[in-house]
Amino acid sequence: MRQVYSILVNNHAGVLSHVAGLFTRRGYNIESIAAGPTEDATITRIVIVAFGEENELDQIAKQLRKLYDVREVEQISYNQAVTRELVLATIKAPISQRSEVIQLANAFGAQVINMTDDTVTLEASGNDHKVRTLLKAFEGYGISQMARTGMISLPYDGMPEDWEPIA
Amino acid sequence: MAVATKAKSQTTKQPAKLKPKKISGAEIIYRSLEREGVKYVFGHPGAILLTLLDLFLERSKIKHLLIRHEQCAAHMAEGYARASGTVGVCLTTSGPGATNLITGITDAYMDSIPIVCLTGQVATTMVGNDAFQEADIVGMTRTITKHSYLVQSTDDLAETIQEAFYIARTGRPGPVLVDLPKDVLLGDGLYQIPEKVDLRGYKPTTKGHPRQIQRVAEAIKESKQPLLYVGGGAIHSEAHKEILKLAETAEIPVTYTLLGAGAFPSAHELSLGMLGMHGTAYANYATMECDLLIAVGARFDDRVTGKVSEFATRAKIIHIDIDPTAIGKNKAADIPVVGDARQVLAEVNKLVKPQKRALWKKRFQNLRAEYPLSFDSPEGAPIKPQEAIVALSEEVGDKAVITTEVGQHQMWAAQFYNFTFPRQFISSGGLGTMGFGFPAAIGAALARPDKLAIDIAGDGSFQMVMQEIATAVQYDIPVKVFLLNNATLGMVRQWQDLFMDRRFSEVDFDSSPDYVKLAEAFGASGRRIVDKEEIRPAIQEMINTPGPYILDVIVDPDELVFPMVPAGGATKDMIVRDSRKKVLQGKLSALPDN
Ligand SMILES: Cc1ncc(C[n+]2csc(CCOP(=O)(O)OP(=O)(O)O)c2C)c(N)n1
Ligand SMILES: [Mg+2]
Repeated sequence: MRQVYSILVNNHAGVLSHVAGLFTRRGYNIESIAAGPTEDATITRIVIVAFGEENELDQIAKQLRKLYDVREVEQISYNQAVTRELVLATIKAPISQRSEVIQLANAFGAQVINMTDDTVTLEASGNDHKVRTLLKAFEGYGISQMARTGMISLPYDGMPEDWEPIA
Repeated sequence: MAVATKAKSQTTKQPAKLKPKKISGAEIIYRSLEREGVKYVFGHPGAILLTLLDLFLERSKIKHLLIRHEQCAAHMAEGYARASGTVGVCLTTSGPGATNLITGITDAYMDSIPIVCLTGQVATTMVGNDAFQEADIVGMTRTITKHSYLVQSTDDLAETIQEAFYIARTGRPGPVLVDLPKDVLLGDGLYQIPEKVDLRGYKPTTKGHPRQIQRVAEAIKESKQPLLYVGGGAIHSEAHKEILKLAETAEIPVTYTLLGAGAFPSAHELSLGMLGMHGTAYANYATMECDLLIAVGARFDDRVTGKVSEFATRAKIIHIDIDPTAIGKNKAADIPVVGDARQVLAEVNKLVKPQKRALWKKRFQNLRAEYPLSFDSPEGAPIKPQEAIVALSEEVGDKAVITTEVGQHQMWAAQFYNFTFPRQFISSGGLGTMGFGFPAAIGAALARPDKLAIDIAGDGSFQMVMQEIATAVQYDIPVKVFLLNNATLGMVRQWQDLFMDRRFSEVDFDSSPDYVKLAEAFGASGRRIVDKEEIRPAIQEMINTPGPYILDVIVDPDELVFPMVPAGGATKDMIVRDSRKKVLQGKLSALPDN
């Protein structure tokens, strides 16, 4: 199962390694981790995506809550949150294919941020699904470099607890 | 406008405010410790601590003891905490002084013991530069403390120490480390603390949820064969009276873990003694037969459950614990209750009505009669360690607080000593640290001057920490070492005996010290015994000789600890008795119909 943890922590030195340490000690791979300031300067939000068994994922959340510097842990299921990720990708695009690549980029709302004779570098953001589809779409041209931020996330305000998306 | 005038009139009424006075970091620490009610500090010095150590010369509220090795300082703080229920304190210098604490801190973490460790550190400007005697002790201890602080400014000292004590003793107790850079100690700062500690991310739940408490009471009422399973948390929360009341009111037998020993009188008719790998056969069989298991401050440790999927399979599980992460970690709970064991059980007791369970009572009494703890002691044979412990228990009984090292002797102590009050038995459970018992006994002796502190020791363990006899002699601490000397690492030898075809590799001591001369060399006293007849007179001599004393009891190295559930095995695979004498393996008389 895939779990998104949204963790509010005190903005103290060493907190990130402490939080990450809880995962590594149990042998879990963190799929992505993103940390950044919140509306309150003393608090940082860390968003972690990890895979695991459900009860193990719950146990990690409990352990996280025990840490002195952790103020809040939310386990968010994918449907109950706004999630976004930023991607930078350099696509192989010789002049002959350049307009095709740019057209495709436009379809995804991606920005062109650099261009050379044979590459185009794009900036795109979106939820998990969109980012995956986008990368798939460019795969055929060849992606020579890529950087992803990892997912950041906020729970939807006012979402009823038993809300389920229509399949 | 109105607000402003009000504020103004208030300030004019007050006398001119004195500017708060700055005091030295050392002074702030001393006052903070005084404020926390600290009586003893177990320490070992270093240059960084000079200004703080200087304060111990002329003041007498807090006594600093000079411990010979920092690991033992931590164990003494633990022993003090375990015996008194208050926070133990140790103080060491930076670098090696701090790293030497690590085993003791881990031990305290595993067994949820409240200690505060103060460590010196190089100046804040040098931290991270590999300065002389710098060690990143905060980083190293992150996973073995409830929290580790690096104090950045003298002004933060008082509040940090207040928080450290608060965190150590509240919730599930545990160790807290405060790292003190040299400039923070030497500098001047304000002694400023909030009236009440309020930590946003840290709010332990102590009161059980009323709905869950209701469910607990109902489950007890419906159960035919309930069993109380009591762990160290019951001791920390002082839940023993509530446990006794619940057990007697609803006629529920009680079994305890190594750390729970003392929470329920061993000789009570409802007591089944210790459970687990070396628990009594009747306690372990009762876990297989019970239909309701009430875990109180226990964590379903693998030494207790064996193969967890086959543990207490017939039972509904109630799990009462102050630490939500302990619940459901190893075994799913049907009725989880997060809260302080004493408070939760007090609420449960309000709802539980007297109940009789004649059938169940008869059943566990039969199990107890059928599979008693036993050992053979043929005439002319060497002293059996078990009989030495039985004699000790009968001679000193509730006059003593007992600590142990780790090994066979520890298990025999838990099996054969008759415990009557909480905090009477002090042992390293979670970490299983050889060398724990002797320093812990020194700490316990200081915490309980009204009792006799006795370390039931193994010779291997004692050799790890015997330098502390010097500490006991220097401060005239009347700690007694009841040394069950088998000239071997008995517990490891036992595994080689049972699982390695008796190939005894690297366990026997071909050379051991003369423990009587050793005691004398340090200025203590001692005696060696080899005959059964000498046991009781020697125990009397040990009790009546003032000061530290080593009683070197030469025991049979071939004796094995039974019952034994092989590691990873299920309770039903328990070996009840020594196979070289009489096999009684997994031969369980028919289980009764419910
Ligand atoms: C510090 C440490 N090292 C190693 C062990 C592994 N170990 C467990 S019991 C034991 C033997 C203990 O020997 P002794 O103290 O003589 O007790 P006995 O079993 O002989 O009664 C050993 C080596 C341990 N528990 N702790
Ligand atoms: Mg031994």
